[in-house]
Amino acid sequence: MGKTIAEKILSRKSGQDARANDIVLADLDFVMGQDGTSPLAIKAFEEMAGKETFDPSRVAMVIDHSAPSPLEGVSKLHAQMREYARRYGIILYDIGEGVCHQLMPEKGHVVPGSLVIGADSHTCTYGAINAFSTGVGSTDLAAGMMSGKLWFKVPETIKFVIHGQLPPGVYSKYLILYLIGDITADGATYMAAEYTGEAIRALSVEARFTISNMAIEMGAKAGLMEADEKTMEWVKRHTGQPFEPVQADPDAEYYMVKEYDVSALEPQVARPHTVDNVVPVSQVAGTTIQQGVIGTCTNGRLEDLRIAARILKRRKVHPDTRLIVAPASRRVMLDAIQEGVLQTLIEAGAAVVTPGCGPCVGTHNGVPSDGENVISTANRNFKGRMGNNKAFIYLGSPATVAASVITGQITDPREFLK
Amino acid sequence: MEFKGIAHKFGDDVNTDYIISGRYKFKTLDMKELARHVMEDLDPDFYSKVNKGDFIVAGKNFGCGSSREQAPLAILNADISAVLAKSFARIFYRNCINTGLALIECDTDQINEGDELEVDVEKGVIRNLTQQRDIPVKPLPRFMLKILSDGGLVEHFKKHGTFNFD
Repeated sequence: MGKTIAEKILSRKSGQDARANDIVLADLDFVMGQDGTSPLAIKAFEEMAGKETFDPSRVAMVIDHSAPSPLEGVSKLHAQMREYARRYGIILYDIGEGVCHQLMPEKGHVVPGSLVIGADSHTCTYGAINAFSTGVGSTDLAAGMMSGKLWFKVPETIKFVIHGQLPPGVYSKYLILYLIGDITADGATYMAAEYTGEAIRALSVEARFTISNMAIEMGAKAGLMEADEKTMEWVKRHTGQPFEPVQADPDAEYYMVKEYDVSALEPQVARPHTVDNVVPVSQVAGTTIQQGVIGTCTNGRLEDLRIAARILKRRKVHPDTRLIVAPASRRVMLDAIQEGVLQTLIEAGAAVVTPGCGPCVGTHNGVPSDGENVISTANRNFKGRMGNNKAFIYLGSPATVAASVITGQITDPREFLK
Repeated sequence: MEFKGIAHKFGDDVNTDYIISGRYKFKTLDMKELARHVMEDLDPDFYSKVNKGDFIVAGKNFGCGSSREQAPLAILNADISAVLAKSFARIFYRNCINTGLALIECDTDQINEGDELEVDVEKGVIRNLTQQRDIPVKPLPRFMLKILSDGGLVEHFKKHGTFNFD
């Protein structure tokens, strides 16, 4: 019997014939924490009497969730992370470098066929480049930093085969929202998702990250894709380290195979307060909004900012609406400046903030007021997510947000792309 | 790991924000203080009702949401001995094992609010004393029992220096 991508990577890393539902102890290729989870991991590391990390060049901490620090208490936690990084020689990405899930692949820490953990639930993002990457808690992170190992239950896999061609103006964000709406928020709990088919292969690597990023929003442990020529080219541009991709066997055993044809897919929007509350944009068009957010680990890459700029060029943000833009990383921000993309967005009326997670997680940089509606490119719209549990969050693509901040209401972006 | 106590029932999809609200979670790392507010948004009197050894009994997808360990730690510090649910969210499940909070997957429809239960986590036995019947249990894998019986992953590492399942 053949194996899924998850079974193959976990077999390779555990040295065992790993099959779904087995429990294995596996070697980690990279370990990451952010400023919401690293302080507790540092505490656990000290309690475990950790003397050193398994390999400081394969451990990174990222200050991105509250960056720069908005509060004295947070500043203390950041200071702890900097002190830990200095003492143990690990990699530290300080304020302004960007969102952890953009940085891990962009800085070349993640390659196809590797096994990565991060103390952040959206660590599943790197499945787009064929890595088994998954979110864990702080104690797991501490054990991983110390031993370079972690236990895993080998997940069963749901295979999503996406046929057809996305119509013009219909982006990967709409595809993943559609899939989550169909399978629901816990439809893939404990499992891995594999995304394949010609519609996936047609996407850029950047657009694929958006899909794998949201695997957790269907409960999945990993959101895996096969490595093709685009993947290889992308990875080689970001790192010189050798790698060996993994493909699913044709006779691999799946928990379920779901097939879709997306040739007629419309732009989708997730309504408050759950990510699987998904409808075509036509059903919510006209809803007044007070704030738009473009950025996050889901949709803050250069391609995303370009799409927004194309719509906002020579147009203005509606006077009753605000637009916040948070590029996913310093690199993305610099590239966007160089191309004139950021200038276009600022001229249209955007407030650009430091690369980081702030607006999405509600730590700072754009907490909405009571009763306000927000349209965001983020991955979660839980009540209170942006820092106010009396606000309403809708999720869409960068195009939806750009079009909606021009009209001041939720808008089908295709009207601006003709 | 044998426990005896009363069942406190909750529904499906109890997320980590219901277990411990963000109002408190970011303010302090004092787990005894956090424990006073555990499940508060679902049952304001929960903490005062619980006696040492009692159980949280819930539906499916218990613990969905964030990866923060304050959720199992707050439950543990409220003197709850174990959580019984139809299913658990994945990261929460790991965090329970790692922080030493026992958890069991079973058909919780066979338990009512206030039932007295006797639970043996290692043997995988739940006895509903009030209804006088046993509830079938999916036993925890050996790996996880080992970490749990050491008192969580920190204690496991203190004892062995690394993962040790022999």
